[in-house]
Amino acid sequence: MKTRTLFTAVIMSLVPVFGFAASGVHLDSVDLDPTDQASLQRGAKVFMNYCAGCHSADYARYNRMAKDIGLSEEQVSENLIFTTDDNGERTKVGSLIFSNMNKDFGKQAFGTTPPNLALIARSRGTDYLYTYLRTFYLDPSRPVGVNNLAFPGVGMPHVLWKLQGLKQPVYETTTDENGHEHEELVRFETVVEGTLSEEEYDSLVTDLVNFLDYLADPIKVERHRLGIVVMLFLFIFLGVAIMLKKEFWKDVTK
Amino acid sequence: MAAEQQGKGLMGWIDARLPVTEAWKKHLAEYYAPKNFNFWYYFGSLALLVLVIQIVTGIFLTMNYKPDGELAFRSVEYIMRDVNWGWLIRYMHSTGASAFFIVVYLHMFRGLMYGSYKKPRELIWIFGMLIYVALMAEAFMGYLLPWGQMSYWGAQVIISLFGAIPFGIGDAITLWLKGDFIVSDATLNRFFALHVIAVPLILVMLVVAHILALHEVGSNNPDGVEIKKNKNEDGIPVDGIPFHPYYTVKDIVGVAGFLIVFFAIIFFAPEMGGYFLEHANFDPADPLKTPEHIAPVWYFTPFYAILRAVPDKLGGVIAMGAAIVVLFFLPWIDRNNVKSIRYRSLAYKVNLWLFAVAFVVLGYFGMQAPTPMGTLISQLCSVIYFGFFVALFFISKMEKTKPVPERVTH
Repeated sequence: MKTRTLFTAVIMSLVPVFGFAASGVHLDSVDLDPTDQASLQRGAKVFMNYCAGCHSADYARYNRMAKDIGLSEEQVSENLIFTTDDNGERTKVGSLIFSNMNKDFGKQAFGTTPPNLALIARSRGTDYLYTYLRTFYLDPSRPVGVNNLAFPGVGMPHVLWKLQGLKQPVYETTTDENGHEHEELVRFETVVEGTLSEEEYDSLVTDLVNFLDYLADPIKVERHRLGIVVMLFLFIFLGVAIMLKKEFWKDVTK
Repeated sequence: MAAEQQGKGLMGWIDARLPVTEAWKKHLAEYYAPKNFNFWYYFGSLALLVLVIQIVTGIFLTMNYKPDGELAFRSVEYIMRDVNWGWLIRYMHSTGASAFFIVVYLHMFRGLMYGSYKKPRELIWIFGMLIYVALMAEAFMGYLLPWGQMSYWGAQVIISLFGAIPFGIGDAITLWLKGDFIVSDATLNRFFALHVIAVPLILVMLVVAHILALHEVGSNNPDGVEIKKNKNEDGIPVDGIPFHPYYTVKDIVGVAGFLIVFFAIIFFAPEMGGYFLEHANFDPADPLKTPEHIAPVWYFTPFYAILRAVPDKLGGVIAMGAAIVVLFFLPWIDRNNVKSIRYRSLAYKVNLWLFAVAFVVLGYFGMQAPTPMGTLISQLCSVIYFGFFVALFFISKMEKTKPVPERVTH
C-alpha cells in the first residue's frame, strides 16, 4: 500500500544523516553590515547582473528594494532591471523580481530549476553562501566542469569565473594512525587569472551575500531600530507598573 | 419581570437582566486570592495574555493567508513583505506559539511544586491538561500552515506515527487525517479549518472551565494552605486579598516583564537561532525532497525523544502517548495531603527536580539527530520521567512531611 511505503520513507529519514556541518566542510564566516547601503547597492548590482537572469527572487519587489538600499525607482529601473515582462517590455519597477528563465529550461540545462534566492540567506545561512560563492573549483567529471566545496555535486556553473578566475584543487595523500591512506584537498592553485584580486573578489562576494541577507529579511534594519524604541518604552512601563503595584500593596500586611 | 430592580441607572437596569456586577464581584473585585503568591503565579495570567495575542494576531494573519498548497508559502512571504506591519503580526504569532508553551510549562511546573492539582482542585488540573493537549494539537496544525519544508515533513512524520497502530487501523487513521495518501493540499485545508476555528473554540471553552473551576474552590498558594479555613466575621479569608485591584496591578508587572522578553525576541531574534522558526522552513514544501534532519519544534521534543528512545515503533508511540496521559492521573498518584514542596520530604524534592531535569534533557535530545549516546541518555531520561510517577506513588504515602502552618507565611 502506498501509505506503507511512505511511512517507511519517513522512518528512513529519521536514520542519522548529517548535513554540511558534520561532513567536515569548514564554512568561512563573514561579517555583514546590513546598514551599509553602499555595500547593498554593490551587492544588488552583482545580483542583478550575474544571478537574476536564472534565479528569481520573486517574493521581493524592485521598488521596495530601491527604497531600502537607498536608490530611486528611476535608478533601479534604468540600471538594475534586465528582465522583461510577458509583453516583452522591460519589467516594471513595482514588479516582483522574476528571472527571465523558463523553469523547464533550467531543468534541462542544469538538472534542476535554479532555486528562488529571496530566502536563501535564511534557509542556508550567510556563512554558507559566502563559502559557496568562493569555493568553486575545476572538476572535469562534472557536467558544467566545476564542483564546489560547500555544495559537492553542484549543478550551477561558476558564473563569476571571469572575476575570480578558475582554480584547480591540489590533493595530498595522508596516512592516518590506522595506516589508511586518504586523499585530502589541501589548497587551490589558480589556472586562469580573474579580473579581480582575491581581496577584491572576497569583498564583492561579501557585498553580494550582504544583499542576499537583506533580500531574505528586508525589514531587519528597521526592526532593530524599532526594537530599541519598544524596549525603552517597555522598561519605562515596567517601572511604572512596579510603582503602581507597590502603591496598591502598601496596605497588605505581611 | 421576575425580580425587582435593585440598583439604579444603566448598571441597575442591566444587572436586573444579566448579572454583570455580580460576575465582576465574584471573579475579580471580591474573589479572594491568597496574599502570598510568588513569582511562579504570574504564568497563569500570562498564558491568558498569550492566548489573546494568538487569537488577535491570528485573525489578522487569516486576512492575507491562503490555505492552498500552491499559494500558502508565497502568501506568508507576502504578509512578511507587502502587508503593512505584516512582519510584526506574523512574528508575534510565531513567537507567541513558543511563548505559549514556555508559559504553560512553567505554569504546570508551579502546579507540581505547590500541589495545586490536589483535592479539591483535581478538576482544575484536568481542565488544564485538556488545555495543554488542545494546545499541542493547535500548535502542530498551525505549524503546517506556512507550508515550508519543516512544516511539511514534520507533519508527515507526526501523522505517520498513527500508522503504528496495528490491524490496519493506523493506516486508516493516517489516511483519514491527511485526506490524501500524502500530506497535501487537502491536509493543509483541513488543518487550517481546525487551527483557526475548531481547536481555538475548544481552547477558549476549556480556559473558561479552568477558571470557573478555580474560582469555585479558590486559589492554592506557595504554602499549600487553604485560606478559606480562616475567615473573619464578614466571611472573608484573613489571608485573602481581592483579586482586583491587588493581583490585577501585580499581574501588570508580570505582563511588562513578559512583554520585554517577548518583544526582544520578536525585534532582535525572531528565529531564535532556528528554535522558534526552523531554518529549513524558509524553503517551500517539496514532497519529493526529504530534508536531511527532521525535528519537531522544541516544545514537542521531550515527547519526541521518548518516542525515539523506545526501539519498537508501536512501543515508542505508546510510550509517547503514556507520557502525556499519565499526567492526567497526577491528583491520584500523589497520595499525600501536604500540598506544597516547602513541607515535603527530601525524597519528594529530589524526585521532582530529577523529573524536571529529565524533561529538559529529553527536550534537548529530541532536537538532535539521533546518535547512540543521545539515544542512551534519552532512554535513561525516559525511565526517570516515568519513574517520577511510580516513585511519587510510594514516596507520597511513606514520606515524613514537615508540619504545615495554619496561616500562609510568605
